[in-house]
Amino acid sequence: MSVVEEGRTYIGASVPRKEDATLLTGQGRFVENLTAPGMMHLAVVRSPFAHAEITEVDLSQVRAAKGVVAAYSGAELADEWAGPLPCAWPVTEDIKIPDHFPLASDRARYVGDGVAVVLAESRAAAKDAAELASISYEPLESVTDVALAARPGAPLVHESLDTNESYTWAMSAGEVDTVFGEADVVVKERYRQQRLVPNAIEPRGVLVEPVASTGELTLTSSTQVPHILRTTLSGVLGMPEAKLRVIAPDVGGGFGSKLDVYAEEALCLALARKLGRPVKWVEERSEAFLATIHGRDVLQEIELAATSEGKITGVRARLTASMGAYLQLATPGIPLLGAWLYGGCYEMEAYDFSCTGVFTNTTPTDAYRGAGRPESNYAIERTVDALAREVGKDPVDVRRLNFIKEFPATIVSGLEIDSGDFEGALDRGLELLDYEDFRREQAARRASGDPKQLGVGFSTYVEMCGLAPSRILGALRYGAGGWEAATVRILPTGTVQIMSGATPHGQSHATTFSQIVADELGVDVDSVEYFSGDTAVVPQGMDTYGSRSLAVGGIALHQAAGKIVDKARLIAAHQLEVSPDDFEYEGGRFTVKGTDRSMTVTETAFHAWTAHNLPDGMEPGLEGASVYDPPNFSWPGGCHIAVAEVDTETGDARVIRYIAVDDVGNVINPAVVAGQVHGGITQGVAQALYEEAVYDSEGNLVNGSLTGYLVPSAAEVPSYEVDHVVAASPTNPLGVKGVGETGTIASTPAVVNAVVDALAHLGVTEIEMPTSPERVWRAIEEAKR
Amino acid sequence: MIPAAFDYELAGNIDEAISLLGQSGEAKLIAGGHSLLPLMRLRFAQPDLLVDIGRIDDLSYVRDAGDSIAVGAMTRHADVAADPLLGADCGILAETAAQIGDPQVRHRGTLGGSIAHADPASDLPTVLLALDAEFDVRGPAGDRTIAAGDFFTGFLESALEPTDVLTEVRVPKLDGPATYAKYNRRAQDWATVAVAAVQRNGGTALALTNMAATPVRALGVEQALADGADAATAAARVGEGTNPPSDTNGSAEYRAHLATVLTRRALEQLSA
Repeated sequence: MSVVEEGRTYIGASVPRKEDATLLTGQGRFVENLTAPGMMHLAVVRSPFAHAEITEVDLSQVRAAKGVVAAYSGAELADEWAGPLPCAWPVTEDIKIPDHFPLASDRARYVGDGVAVVLAESRAAAKDAAELASISYEPLESVTDVALAARPGAPLVHESLDTNESYTWAMSAGEVDTVFGEADVVVKERYRQQRLVPNAIEPRGVLVEPVASTGELTLTSSTQVPHILRTTLSGVLGMPEAKLRVIAPDVGGGFGSKLDVYAEEALCLALARKLGRPVKWVEERSEAFLATIHGRDVLQEIELAATSEGKITGVRARLTASMGAYLQLATPGIPLLGAWLYGGCYEMEAYDFSCTGVFTNTTPTDAYRGAGRPESNYAIERTVDALAREVGKDPVDVRRLNFIKEFPATIVSGLEIDSGDFEGALDRGLELLDYEDFRREQAARRASGDPKQLGVGFSTYVEMCGLAPSRILGALRYGAGGWEAATVRILPTGTVQIMSGATPHGQSHATTFSQIVADELGVDVDSVEYFSGDTAVVPQGMDTYGSRSLAVGGIALHQAAGKIVDKARLIAAHQLEVSPDDFEYEGGRFTVKGTDRSMTVTETAFHAWTAHNLPDGMEPGLEGASVYDPPNFSWPGGCHIAVAEVDTETGDARVIRYIAVDDVGNVINPAVVAGQVHGGITQGVAQALYEEAVYDSEGNLVNGSLTGYLVPSAAEVPSYEVDHVVAASPTNPLGVKGVGETGTIASTPAVVNAVVDALAHLGVTEIEMPTSPERVWRAIEEAKR
Repeated sequence: MIPAAFDYELAGNIDEAISLLGQSGEAKLIAGGHSLLPLMRLRFAQPDLLVDIGRIDDLSYVRDAGDSIAVGAMTRHADVAADPLLGADCGILAETAAQIGDPQVRHRGTLGGSIAHADPASDLPTVLLALDAEFDVRGPAGDRTIAAGDFFTGFLESALEPTDVLTEVRVPKLDGPATYAKYNRRAQDWATVAVAAVQRNGGTALALTNMAATPVRALGVEQALADGADAATAAARVGEGTNPPSDTNGSAEYRAHLATVLTRRALEQLSA
């Protein structure tokens, strides 16, 4: 779908990724590849108990072990911290935020909670010595299930709070009680968003290098958020921000799990400061299952009010969300990122939402791809199917009846969707599917009693991304703004330097940002040099999450480049002795109207650098900087259709066909977009069919490895059919929306709707996620009774 | 993911390997390593000496041995899967080897390693049990042969002594159909449950994967078939003598159900 508009060279073209040559030949530099003279290796001793009093920490054998430099308990490091690890999102005035220090010193509150550290000359020595730690625990009652934790009398995760409830956040719009009271039908469904483990392909890693003479520390971390780390960790460590430099080197994915401020980052900083030597910690995969945040783990109750025709009039949603044992950076706010979207892409008049955050003795939850919006879209898209069953209509017809069709549209929850084409996406999806043909084949299989049955599932969705207008974040009590900063500079040789505070961890920023600036300035994409991920090089930024890099960071770059064009116009006019208004500008060249006299932006850069002959009062150099704060969220949407084949005897459910028609606004690089869509869909299929973090009654994570935690591979999914409709965003000058999370948000309910549809003739209406073969088998058996 | 410290010796031949194994009570043989190394990285296994037989090339072969086919213990799964002699006369072994793990695993893992590890979730032990295979073993006292039916003694336990080396596996040439019906959720996973069914010598032999602490013969099904039962009736007896595990891939109850379905389908395929 390469669409390059006239006057452009790169925007809309599948420009090969600048990142690939380095990464695909194994020459990337990840934290694990880095070393520093005199470096020590850190190992963290973690609690094997879900909840326990720490009665004694004896590290004498650890300290005596070969190669060990030092070892500390939580209590021994207590003086290192000027404050606890940050929670930046106190969503309500009365939210309960328990202190969370990098090591537990009195109580361990989940399996994996750090209780001591070992520093040794090699990683192997650190791991060997960590096994010698003698820590006495007094086990306490624990609770990992969020429903149980919310009950009165449940074991308390934080005794001093006297409750497991962290907060309750609510909003309401319209005459909710009246609408529900007068509704012809009310469908009520309950869903469980199982706990998921993000599993970035590169686990986390940290290297801290101290400069003894100045007290400066350089933190290199596998992170999405170097700027947030600098702001917050200087506070945790009690040091001026000026003394802390943060670098995100090549980062192997994050999915939100590296949008956080972690204990190990603070520990490596404190220990490097204390001992005056570099400290390195690299997470093991099995450690990552415990020590890196988890996603989802939310119980949902949703009610739809509707007419007997299936016209939706109102929605109510009640959430109980597991926080885990502590509040990490954005933990309380994550389920609320879906708070406005439980009405989906449908018109209605009444809206009621509340969410209660509850502590459990588990790894803390936080952002995981889609963050709050996969949950909301799942609830509404599953429930629209339930409504279709209730009123005896085709799920497609019920969706069509309820779509928002006019834009901009102020939705019932109060936000404004700037653009969309839900019906166009649905139509295109149905055409690709050949819906009637599918229903015929489905009917034939049912008639023949084939053990393998077919089902189709729809998910028509809208999401809010491009986080975020700072004023709205402020209203939500989020602790920072949602802007992004950019600088563009042209050197005398014609090289263009671009700097963005959006920090990539696999999204192709170097390529797509270069495309935007190259087109604006009319230069070759390869002459654009991209800088990011180092606070000494790009001091200002808000980093990468929430599908914001293009819709916020890309616009900042576009504006910064525009400022260069404005200045270059003045220089060119001065050089050519014409008025700036006499120019036409296209493809990086100012041409005096009606003549062949012209000058390129690059040529003006040379004049700006020599500064021999600039307009009076003009500063030398050709540089533009911009900080862009989006006036609205961006609103991708579309239609995803899954076809599932379900073996009614074994319970095996597979996606055999998948169609995605997305509106992500204007596309900068179709190949990059396709990559995001494919990966996102697979991650959503994973939630529908495969992945679930399972705790046992003692609070142990039972399947904390890639053997037991089923991340699907390419072998488990079909080739996806990916198409687009374009309703360009009127909110920003590039008309872009963002694509990082669409696949994950859209796909999960499409798949589960398809699995349920395959078994509809047997009376099955609901299967809990993941729809494992055993759950499918049991649902069929249950329906038989 | 960092194993405890261990010593390492590369054995030049089988006798040297046996001698090295005798030097330590905590020594382990390593061949392909893809069963042992994960255990060591999680520190579930902490051998103090690894004896590497990975470069003893004369243990990697497939030979015609008259009524049977002899396969060297160091033959990689990928080579078993691609072997034309096995493909022609004992196809179930080749087809099963092709279903193990992923290509990387199949190019590292060895037939002997899979047998010696004695994991009840592994595919090849089940197939070899159904085939009544024979295993040649060499120890300090010399060579001996162990029948597959006598080999698997418990969870990850076998008739091998710590100083034994499995050298050769012999499987019969088949003149009837055979199939391995495996259910796993992801392509690279171990079987949730699998069934090997082999028609041979006028009867049908079946064995089950992941239905007990060891691979087990489905004797109830075999008996029912011998008594003339149809596939569905015979398959209903698959649970006899089993003790399936419960884990995140399925409860024991589900595994029993799945075994019934897979057994019936395997038997229907044999008679198709």
